[in-house]
Amino acid sequence: MGMTITEKILCNHTKHREVRPGMIINARVDIALGNDITAPIAISEFRKAGGKKVFNRSKVVLVADHFTPNKDISSAMQTKTVRDFAREQRLEHYYEGGDAGVEHALLPEKGIVLPGDLVIGADSHTCTYGALGAFSTGVGSTDLAAAMMTGEVWLRVPESMKIVYHGKLQKWISGKDLILDLIGRIGVYGALYKSLEFTGSTVAKLTMADRLTMANMAIEAGGKSGIFPPDEVTRVYVEERAKRKFVFYESDPDARYAEVIDIDVSKIEPQVSFPSLPSNARGVSKAGKVKIDQVVIGSCTNGRIEDLRVAAKILKGKKAAPYVRLIIIPATPLIYKTAMDEGLFDIFLKANALISPPTCGPCLGGHMGILAEGERAVATTNRNFVGRMGHTGSEVYLASPAVAAASAVLGRIGGPAELK
Amino acid sequence: MKYRGNVWKFGDNIDTDAIIPARYLNTSDPKALAAQCMKDADPDFAKKMKAGDIIVAGVNFGCGSSREHAPIAIKAVGLSCVVARTFARIFFRNAFNMGLPIFESDELWAKVKNGDEIEIDTDKGEIRILSRKGKPVTFKPVAPFLQQLVASGGLMADVKARKAKAKKSSRA
Ligand code: SF4
Repeated sequence: MGMTITEKILCNHTKHREVRPGMIINARVDIALGNDITAPIAISEFRKAGGKKVFNRSKVVLVADHFTPNKDISSAMQTKTVRDFAREQRLEHYYEGGDAGVEHALLPEKGIVLPGDLVIGADSHTCTYGALGAFSTGVGSTDLAAAMMTGEVWLRVPESMKIVYHGKLQKWISGKDLILDLIGRIGVYGALYKSLEFTGSTVAKLTMADRLTMANMAIEAGGKSGIFPPDEVTRVYVEERAKRKFVFYESDPDARYAEVIDIDVSKIEPQVSFPSLPSNARGVSKAGKVKIDQVVIGSCTNGRIEDLRVAAKILKGKKAAPYVRLIIIPATPLIYKTAMDEGLFDIFLKANALISPPTCGPCLGGHMGILAEGERAVATTNRNFVGRMGHTGSEVYLASPAVAAASAVLGRIGGPAELK
Repeated sequence: MKYRGNVWKFGDNIDTDAIIPARYLNTSDPKALAAQCMKDADPDFAKKMKAGDIIVAGVNFGCGSSREHAPIAIKAVGLSCVVARTFARIFFRNAFNMGLPIFESDELWAKVKNGDEIEIDTDKGEIRILSRKGKPVTFKPVAPFLQQLVASGGLMADVKARKAKAKKSSRA
């Protein structure tokens, strides 16, 4: 009986010769990740359990990205805990300040996570790295503490759900539209406990940025992980970044799937997910007249250079509508510098955009653009739950960078096709 | 083991931003988190609830962020356990890892009303609605591995025990 790519990666991180969905395994971890919010609990649990040294100082990665640059005293205290621990343990990968970016943009960019890896992170969007052909999943702080001590994690081997994409993408359609469309079809628990495997002829044409965006949002369908079979696009992306060996796995032809969903992408138009669930997706042409107060382009979902280039293309020679705050957040320092070197900042500044340093910031309602009661934002982020970006009476609409930029100019939700 | 308490009923897809909003995550102090428990689902929840009360929710409870602050807030505010039709996966593992009792029952939600007194009997695998007559409902049995985790007092206690055992056998 064949195995899926996910089953193979998991299997090769255990002593088992074969794993099956439903099995509970103890697996070796290649990378264990924490951030300024989740690591403090993990560090305290690590210490309480008598932990002295992390299992491997190159494999525990800590990134201060959520409330940084520290927004208040309590946040500064939390980050200090993380920094002190990183120093004490001489961690190879600790990122803060001018070194830091949004974790899930930073780790692939630096080649810290690679194809074939088993990655866990005390952050739900750790599933992002499935774009590289890794098994990668979000866990809690206690899991991180245990992994820091033992180098292992307990996992239930997930069933896999295969999504087969075919057809030609329409203009402006990106990975974000595909994933919002999918979550709209299957719902916020449509992939609960499962791994989403993205395949089909269209996938070969998706850029790594698009793949990262899609794997990132597997969790918004309840998924344990999302994964793309590695290919030439993967090879080109990782070869210039990897400093250690990596492995390409692929699903066996007779691997078993809990479900297979076939999607013709040629019928998909730019998507917008209405409040307050990512599954409330609809085509932008059916959005109606929704006036907005803020636009956020950034986050681990869509804060990469490709996203900023799309936004710049649309914003060139235009301005954000009066009373609309346009906030652009390059996800990492390298993206920030590249955008500046390419002249994108000129376009953004002329469009009246605010350019933020790399941070999660408003994505989780932390800082750098919190919404007041009654305000509406279009965001390229991944969650539109009640109160996610501020007051419980505010609203978040999820969309691609193209729709977000176009909406900023229009002052209401709209697609790039509506601009002259 | 039995858990007895009054029900606070919530709907589907109660996310961790509703259980403990991100604006309160600049601390991991259980007491501070408890004061904001369920804030964005019911602003006065922490004031209204009594120790031992039980949350009964619909599907996908605890979806969204991985923040363990969510089960910590629920435990620290004094709720005895959570029963949901289904749980989101990270919340599910967090609860077992840090020792918050949770139970999956598809049936209970539709039968129970806010304020009902219920009793969960883990030995019998039954939940009774004490405020009303009727047959007890069942909940999904907990996997042996997870039972073991709960019995040893959570993941870190388990890790500690395993480490001690390994040390002992390496000396022997
Ligand atoms: S950008 Fe948003 S979703 Fe991504 S890690 Fe930061 S807070 Fe989480």
